[in-house]
Amino acid sequence: MYRSHVLVCGGTGCHSNNSSKILDEFNALIKANNLENDVQTVQTGCFGLCTVGPVVIVYPEGAFYSQIKVSDVKEIVEEHLIKGRIVDRLLHKDDHETADNKVTALSETNFYKKQTRVALRNCGVIDPENIDEYIAYDGYQALIKALTTLTPQEVIDIVLKSGLRGRGGAGFPTGRKWQFTKDAVGDVKYVACNADEGDPGAFMDRSVLEGDPHAVIEAMAIAGYAIGAKQGYIYVRAEYPIAVNRLQIAIKQAREYGLLGKNILDTGFDFDLEVRLGAGAFVCGEETALMTSIEGKRGEPRPRPPFPANKGLFGKPTVLNNVETYANIAQIILKGPEWFASMGTEKSKGTKVFALGGKIVNTGLVEIPMGTPLRTIIEDIGGGIPNGKKFKAAQTGGPSGGCIPASLLDVPIDYDNLTAIGSMMGSGGLIVMDEDNCMVDIAKFFLEFTVDESCGKCTPCRIGNKRLLELLTKVTEGTATMEDLEKMEELCHYIKANSLCGLGQTAPNPVLSTLRYFKDEYIAHVQEKRCPAGVCKKLVSFTIDKEKCIGCGMCARQCPASAIVKTDYVAPGHKLPSYEIDQSKCVKCGACVSTCKFKAISKG
Amino acid sequence: MKSIADIKAIRERMQSQIIMRDNSDSDEIRVVVGMATCGISAGARPVYNAFIDEIAKRNLANVKVTRTGCLGMCKLEPIVEIYVPNKEKVTYCHLDAEKAVNIVVNHLVNGNVCTEYLVNNEE
Ligand SMILES: Cc1cc2nc3c(=O)[nH]c(=O)nc-3n(C[C@H](O)[C@H](O)[C@H](O)COP(=O)(O)O)c2cc1C
Repeated sequence: MYRSHVLVCGGTGCHSNNSSKILDEFNALIKANNLENDVQTVQTGCFGLCTVGPVVIVYPEGAFYSQIKVSDVKEIVEEHLIKGRIVDRLLHKDDHETADNKVTALSETNFYKKQTRVALRNCGVIDPENIDEYIAYDGYQALIKALTTLTPQEVIDIVLKSGLRGRGGAGFPTGRKWQFTKDAVGDVKYVACNADEGDPGAFMDRSVLEGDPHAVIEAMAIAGYAIGAKQGYIYVRAEYPIAVNRLQIAIKQAREYGLLGKNILDTGFDFDLEVRLGAGAFVCGEETALMTSIEGKRGEPRPRPPFPANKGLFGKPTVLNNVETYANIAQIILKGPEWFASMGTEKSKGTKVFALGGKIVNTGLVEIPMGTPLRTIIEDIGGGIPNGKKFKAAQTGGPSGGCIPASLLDVPIDYDNLTAIGSMMGSGGLIVMDEDNCMVDIAKFFLEFTVDESCGKCTPCRIGNKRLLELLTKVTEGTATMEDLEKMEELCHYIKANSLCGLGQTAPNPVLSTLRYFKDEYIAHVQEKRCPAGVCKKLVSFTIDKEKCIGCGMCARQCPASAIVKTDYVAPGHKLPSYEIDQSKCVKCGACVSTCKFKAISKG
Repeated sequence: MKSIADIKAIRERMQSQIIMRDNSDSDEIRVVVGMATCGISAGARPVYNAFIDEIAKRNLANVKVTRTGCLGMCKLEPIVEIYVPNKEKVTYCHLDAEKAVNIVVNHLVNGNVCTEYLVNNEE
C-alpha cells in the first residue's frame, strides 16, 4: 500500500519537454530517501494541458504542479513527499480572471458594505459550538471587566448612558429597566431572555442564538450581576431546535469554564441559566404571558402594573430583555457607552437587525445603524424589487406594525419615527411588497394571524378583532359599504384603547396604517368592486379578448375547471372561432393568462 | 473551573490560532460552513460532510472544517468561507457536495479559487 502516488505526464508534449528526465529524477530521489515502499511513481498519458507542461500530480492530495523542471523535483520530494507540505510555488496557477461582477468575499458585496454589525458581529464568523472561539473574539471579557472592576450600579450607569433601548418591540430604555429591578425590594431576583420571536417572517433572534449563543449568556450574567440575580431563564420557542441545541451546548461549556454556576471566576458571584421551551404561541412573547408560561401555567398576559421589575417571574423582581438587546451588552461594556451612543439617532442609539423578506432581491439578515432610511435598506442593501416591479410598501413590526408607503421611504428608521408614521419598530421583521400585493389582503393576512393568536382572555381583543376581520373580509369580497370602512376605523380605536395586552393594543395597526396610506385601494374594493392588484379572488375576473383570440384552444386545455369554451365567433383575420370564459365555473387561478401566447386574456 | 488568567490565556492562544482571518503566520486553512437554520435547510449538512470526507481522503492535515451561524445572505446558502493564511478570505455560495469536492481539489490543494462558485455582486 503506497502512501503517495506521483503521476508524471508522459504525453508527447511533456515528453519533448524532458518529462522522462523528471520521472528519472523522482525515482532516484525517492530511492535515495528510502521511500520506495511509500511512494509510487507512474508515467501517464497526456493530461491535455500541454502548454503548461511538464505536468506532475501528487496524490492523495491531488496537487497539480505545472511547468516542472528537473531541478524542482528535489523540492517536491523533500517538502511534499517527506514533510507533507504542498509546494505552493510550483502549483499550477489557474489565471482565469474573476468576472467583473463576481467578488471573492461576501464582505465585499453591496449587501455588506452598508451594514454595521454589532449584535451580529460574531454570526458567520465564529463556531457557535466552540466557546474558545467566542473567547478569542473578546468573549467573556465584558463579564470579567464587570465583575472585577465595576460595581453593579456602574454597570447600570454604562447601559443607561449608552442609550440602548429594548429590541423586542416596545423600545423601553434597557438601563432604566435594570435600575428599576435593582431598586426593587426583594432578596430573590431573576433575569430572563425573550427568545420567543413570534412575528411572522422574523428570524433575527434565532440567528443570534444559532450563531453567537455565548453573547446572550454573557450579557445575562452581566445583568444578573447588575440587578442582584442568581438565576436566569431563556424562553425559546421549541420550533427553533438548532438554536436550543446550540444554547444548551454553550451553557454547558460556560459552566465547565466556571463562567456560569457558583463563584464565577472566583469572584464570589453566582449565576446560572436554564432554557425553557415555549410551544410557539405568539402571545407568549408578551412579557407577562411569557413569565406565566415559564412558571408552568397557561401563557396568558396579566394587566401591568405591577411591572416585571417589581413583580415578575414567580412574583419576584425580574429583568426581561430580548435576545438582540442582550447581544449588544458585552460590546457596550467593553467599548464604552460613548461608542454605542455615537451610532444612531438622538433617541435611538446603536444598530438594529432586520430580517428582510418578501418582494426583495436579497432576502436575508441585515444590521444597520439606527436612522438609516428605509430606502437604503431596500434599494442598496436589499438590491431592490425583483422582476422590474414597482415598490408599493414595506411592512415593519409584523402583526403589530404597519405598512410604510413609497412616499415615506426616506424617513430615517428609528423607534419614534416609525411610530409617528403609524408603524412600529417591532422586533425587526421587514417585509417588502410590490405592485402585485393588495394592501387590503395584506391587512387581512396579519389580522387573521392575530385573531388566531389572541389568547381570548379579554373581550376587545377576542371579539373585537374577530368582528374587524369580518368587516375586512367583506371588503375583500366586494360586499362592504363606505359605512363599513368608518365602522372599521372606529372599532380599531376601541380595540387599541381597551385591550389587556400589547397583542390586542397593536392588532389593528395593519388595518389602520393601510387605511391611512392606501385608502384608495379600500375604496376601489368597496365602490368599484374591484381589486386594483388583482389579488382578491372574489373581485377579479378573467376575460378573453375575442378580437385577439386566434382560437388555438391552449387555454381551454390548461383550465383545471373546464371553464373555457369555444364560441361561434370568428374574429376578422382569424380562421378559428374564439373562446370565452364561463365566469360561473372560473376558479380564478390565472393559469390561462400565462398560457396564452397572444396576450388575449386579461385580468381585471 | 477556569480562573480569569486561564480565560485570558485561552483568548491569546485562540487569537493566534484563528487570527489568520486577519492574516498571520499560522498555516492552518479554515473551511467555515454556514450552519444556521437557513444554511442547513438549503443543504449545508451534505456540504459539510463532503468537505470532511474529501479532506480526509486527501490526507490534508492542515485543513480544519468548522461551522458558523448565519452570514446574512440567506438566499445564497449553502455558503462556505475559506480562510487561507495570508490570503484574502473567499466566499462561495449555492454549494452542494459535488462543488465542495471541487473546492477541496482546486482551491485547498492547488490554490486556485473556483470563480464559478463566487458570489455575484449584481445578484
Ligand atoms: C403580543 C406580543 C408579542 C411579543 N413578542 C415578543 C417576542 O417574540 N420577542 C420579544 O423579544 N419581545 C416580544 N414582545 C415584547 C415583550 O413584551 C417585551 O416588551 C420585550 O421582550 C422586552 O424586552 P426588550 O426591552 O429587550 O425589548 C411581544 C409583545 C407582545 C405584546
